[in-house]
Amino acid sequence: MTSANARPAPAPAPAGPARPKPAPPTGAPVQVTGAQSLVRSLEEVGCEVVFGIPGGTILPAYDPLLDSRKVRHVLVRHEQGAGHAATGYAQATGRVGVCMATSGPGATNLVTPLADANMDSVPVVAITGQQSRGLIGTDAFQEADICGITQPVTKHNFLVTDPADIPRTIAEAFHLASTGRPGPVLVDIPKDVLQETTSFAWPPEMKLPGYRPTSRPHGKQVREAAKMISAARRPVLYVGGGVLKAEAVAELRELVDLTGIPVVTTLMARGAFPDSHPLHLGMPGMHGTVSAVTAMQRADLLIALGARFDDRVTGRLSSFAPEAQVIHADIDPAEISKNRRADVPIVGDCREVVVDLLDALREEFDHGGRADLAPWRAQVANWQQRFPLGYEWPADGTLSPQYVIERIGALVGPDAVYTAGVGQHQMWAAQFIRYESPRSWINSGGLGTMGYAVPAAMGAKMGRPDTEVWAIDGDGCFQMTNQELATCAIEGIPIKVAVINNGNLGMVRQWQSLFYSERYSNTDLGTHKHRIPDFVQLGEALGCAAFRCESREEVDATITSALEIDDRPVVLDFVVGKDAQVWPMIGPGAGNDEVMAARGIRPDFDESDV
Amino acid sequence: MSRHTLSVLVENKPGVLARVAGLFSRRGFNIESLAVGETEYPHISRMTIVVAVDELPLEQVTKQLNKLVNVIKIVELDPVASVQRELLLVKVRADATVRTQVLETVQLFRAKVVDVAPEAVTVEATGTADKLDALLRMLEPYGVREMVRSGMVALGRGARSITASAVR
Repeated sequence: MTSANARPAPAPAPAGPARPKPAPPTGAPVQVTGAQSLVRSLEEVGCEVVFGIPGGTILPAYDPLLDSRKVRHVLVRHEQGAGHAATGYAQATGRVGVCMATSGPGATNLVTPLADANMDSVPVVAITGQQSRGLIGTDAFQEADICGITQPVTKHNFLVTDPADIPRTIAEAFHLASTGRPGPVLVDIPKDVLQETTSFAWPPEMKLPGYRPTSRPHGKQVREAAKMISAARRPVLYVGGGVLKAEAVAELRELVDLTGIPVVTTLMARGAFPDSHPLHLGMPGMHGTVSAVTAMQRADLLIALGARFDDRVTGRLSSFAPEAQVIHADIDPAEISKNRRADVPIVGDCREVVVDLLDALREEFDHGGRADLAPWRAQVANWQQRFPLGYEWPADGTLSPQYVIERIGALVGPDAVYTAGVGQHQMWAAQFIRYESPRSWINSGGLGTMGYAVPAAMGAKMGRPDTEVWAIDGDGCFQMTNQELATCAIEGIPIKVAVINNGNLGMVRQWQSLFYSERYSNTDLGTHKHRIPDFVQLGEALGCAAFRCESREEVDATITSALEIDDRPVVLDFVVGKDAQVWPMIGPGAGNDEVMAARGIRPDFDESDV
Repeated sequence: MSRHTLSVLVENKPGVLARVAGLFSRRGFNIESLAVGETEYPHISRMTIVVAVDELPLEQVTKQLNKLVNVIKIVELDPVASVQRELLLVKVRADATVRTQVLETVQLFRAKVVDVAPEAVTVEATGTADKLDALLRMLEPYGVREMVRSGMVALGRGARSITASAVR
């Protein structure tokens, strides 16, 4: 979207000194352009990387960006890539991800990543150019009301109409994005505001009278929860992404060690608790493990930490965990009792909640005693043993996608970061890679954005350059955003992409196979039949090393050869069978008691199963 | 479903009304009336929003409203513990033959005539929604040419001020 301003608007080179000198000490106001003020503000808030593409209205901001020694700009190939890269960066590091785009189409291309970040509560700041103030509302060239458009999909957004407001607005945007329930914030800045001369001083005073997130939990509620936990006979810790956002991983571990309560981690919380821990039952929900789903169904107490009772977890809400009382801790009061009524609501930051809960529980255990959980743990362990995750090799002799993903996890190891797109490969990556540490699994959970993996991996690698970053992608997803591999190749961001190529929109095909009488309407992408595109040639064209793997014998060697390359991105085309399916599964609209372990196979629960 | 009156203090900034209205429609709630204006603090506006909704969804919409960064405070006003009023302007056909009768109705409701033409009068009335509905029912037989209602505005009874505690 690099088209210049077509209107006869005054748009010469930026006003003021062309090359800003190093700044005087903070505090004292200095004369700068709005654009310089923006870049200075980004430096002051600690932004180290911006993913973006310049264009007509954001042009003034790109001039001082050229001189910044603190902020690196990564020139992406599509604004959607910039947005997801910012999200991947934020998810991998815990810091705010930043993306930048011009007005109109540049800004609207950010809508999907903003909606994605909003659903998954990711701290992202988007900066967009806007038409000059006098042209707003006239349908000017590349004008779009991006504040209006992104209102439902951002935590907040700003239209800056006075250059003097730039430092305060940037400070507020970063504060809003990263505190409370994190989320995306968009700052829209008209071109003439960027060009005008203004004064810059830091730190600015924030004015957010309506923003007061509660992070300290209420002591009475915590004590109430402790009482309930110590009395429960079949409790389950239902851990969501909030635990990762709150950096509460160590505290959660302590809570499990103290109480011995079994844990499930949602799709957004994989890595929040080690998969190797015997009390970890895995992921709950539509494609969760039988033991995680069943433990929740039979539980007498659910302790939800930073989770939101999403429909993919609960199945039919009316039959979800029918015997359970609910303790629900979340920083967003609107999540509590939104879907499932909470018996003990706790509003607060997950880490502070767990810390307080640990104290209250020790007190409670010392004085009030505690229920014996040994029978429950034995029961749960029995389910884990009888209903482990598994898969069968395709009957037609093709390569098993689950095997490929399992081997990647085994050979690349738990210290890497894995990203995924959306669909079968995403579910298998959540199931068959073992996550041991936080921020090692990055995916699009709430919005389910296909094409997320490659740009998110790019952002993650920028944030953690010393960490091995693998994008597990599908052939459908990969064709939506693979152009960012050119960015990776040129900017020196050596990610690995494993394309789990089944030639189809696999998850849709699975549903057609299960619920639409095997009528495969528009799910064959031709990537098998016609080998279009040839992912090896495509990878090479984008400046990557690329290998194809079509048999079980080649899998380990292919992964190992990718691990040996560190000077450019790598694309691996794993040609796998098209009929592999994701199991276990709870059908759409079904209750979680109807979990199917495999196609047509109910778990054979017996009478001892509570 | 029951009717609830929410008094919402918001920052007096462009776009805030759109944020609030958008939130209601996005979450599937229907606004019965919405009135907005400045408060005694020029940087704060007060919206009076009337919604027909059950208790549980009301709690959800209130929480969602509270998440809007420009929303400072939300209070639900109990009809018994608050004064609730609406303004009505209605233009009624009233030629010489019926004018006296129209004026009599206007007097009965303690409304007043604010404009007169040979064929019509414009009546101004304030009151609860019920009172205004009753007045309209009485005027309808003469022929309502056009009308406008302001939507409900309301304040809690007693000495307490919700704005004072909000700007603290």
